[in-house]
Amino acid sequence: MPSPRYHREIPQRYRLEAAKCKECGRMSFPPRRVCSNCGAREFEMTKLSDHGKILTYTTIRVAPKDFENQVPYNVAIVESENGVRVTTQVVDCKPEDLEIGKRVKFVFRKLYSEGHTGIICYGYKAVLI
Amino acid sequence: MREVAVVGCGMTKFGELWSQSLRDIFVEAALKAIDDAHVDHIDSMYVGSMTPGLFIGQEHIGALMADYLGTASIPAVRVESACCSGGMAMRLGYFEIASGHSEIILVGGVEKMTDGADVTYALATAADQEYEVYHGITFPGLYAMIAKAHMYKYGTTRKQLAMVSVKNHHNGAFNPNAQFPGEVTVEQVINATMVADPLTVLDSSPVSDGAACVILASMDAASKLQIPLIKVLGSGAATDTFALHAREDITALKAVQLSAKAAYEMAKVMPTDINFAEVHDCFSIAEICIIEELGFTDKGKGGSFTEQGRTALEGPIPVNPSGGLKSKGHPVGATGVAQIVETVEQLRGAAGKRQVKNARIGLTQNMGGSGASSVVHIFALQK
Repeated sequence: MPSPRYHREIPQRYRLEAAKCKECGRMSFPPRRVCSNCGAREFEMTKLSDHGKILTYTTIRVAPKDFENQVPYNVAIVESENGVRVTTQVVDCKPEDLEIGKRVKFVFRKLYSEGHTGIICYGYKAVLI
Repeated sequence: MREVAVVGCGMTKFGELWSQSLRDIFVEAALKAIDDAHVDHIDSMYVGSMTPGLFIGQEHIGALMADYLGTASIPAVRVESACCSGGMAMRLGYFEIASGHSEIILVGGVEKMTDGADVTYALATAADQEYEVYHGITFPGLYAMIAKAHMYKYGTTRKQLAMVSVKNHHNGAFNPNAQFPGEVTVEQVINATMVADPLTVLDSSPVSDGAACVILASMDAASKLQIPLIKVLGSGAATDTFALHAREDITALKAVQLSAKAAYEMAKVMPTDINFAEVHDCFSIAEICIIEELGFTDKGKGGSFTEQGRTALEGPIPVNPSGGLKSKGHPVGATGVAQIVETVEQLRGAAGKRQVKNARIGLTQNMGGSGASSVVHIFALQK
């Protein structure tokens, strides 16, 4: 991944920074220029709650090349306590430990590395609580 | 707007076509369609293709195909909307004739997926690269999460998912162009290699090469051809949130519902008027959600509707008589046009052992990504 592309997403991936619509209060993650709920264009910076719950999940057994050394791994759609939904890995647990509705918290982790000369990619993952 | 007819169709066999190139298979399908329609020229061309750049390192394929079809000089453009590139090419072609700008055009779809590219990666570019794919999700994974949510919310069973594959392989066994025409059992589907829980490799459409083409004409031009005319009754397209996780209801495919509504309204028909449908069963769960959104059954009932045989070839609303993406194959850009080829053959009564009885009105539904785009067309035999 070219480093400018990686660098641009750091506020979201490292710090869960989000945008809150000044008009209707809808949270956008990642931030957007136009609110998907009301169309307003004014936002204030905020953060996702680092706690949430699993809405649905799967265990990936056939992965893209960058993730091949991690299979099997769990991926879920998690709803943070302030209502924003994200796709994230759920780690430090077995596939059979996952259930819809289980509570999780976000942690900062390495996601994958791009071979010998590429960058190491970090971001959020979820762990069961 | 003017009325539009499909006057010719053709497709290659779907499968691992290692001896043929991208341009070879497109031209083969295009020539079949041109010969079928008995037209002596085409005014322009739309080519649906998802990502020839990633699959074989070739872009700009509108002009490439026009050249190799021997029609260089006509306008030709590639249309992209992930796995519904073919269906969207059809929609643009439809409007070109309907608007009065052209009389006879070619709409095609093509994909060459088995030339050695990282297919899982290439397909995943139809999802959000920064907020889905970055976390290691794959397309089977996205549909697996829809399946888990559907099973949790509506009680859909593992067996009901498998029944989609069993039915489609049964239909595909009668299709000479199908990549995997063999029958499968519920046990085989459930016990096959797991790809993303709960979906196995037999819940998933295959990696395929293939091309499909249709010829569209204005009613004026079509009526001079003295062939059975298949009229386009309606066209609808819609979009939804790009990322699956952003949807209020993970089990709802809103773009499918909206595109179908637009097509039904334009065609002035109801779901109960449809005699058969070709739908985007890229994974077994997708067909279950789609038949709900098309209004063939109630929300949440897609699994039991399938298990009861309602969508079987002999049922009240046969779905995927061609074998669907599952058995026929899924060269992504070609799929939407191949659905139309099947619909034309069914409406002409020329579908052989997989012929739907009393096929008068047929529907095609083609979907991009995890449902961020969808396109629906409705066709009828012109008496």
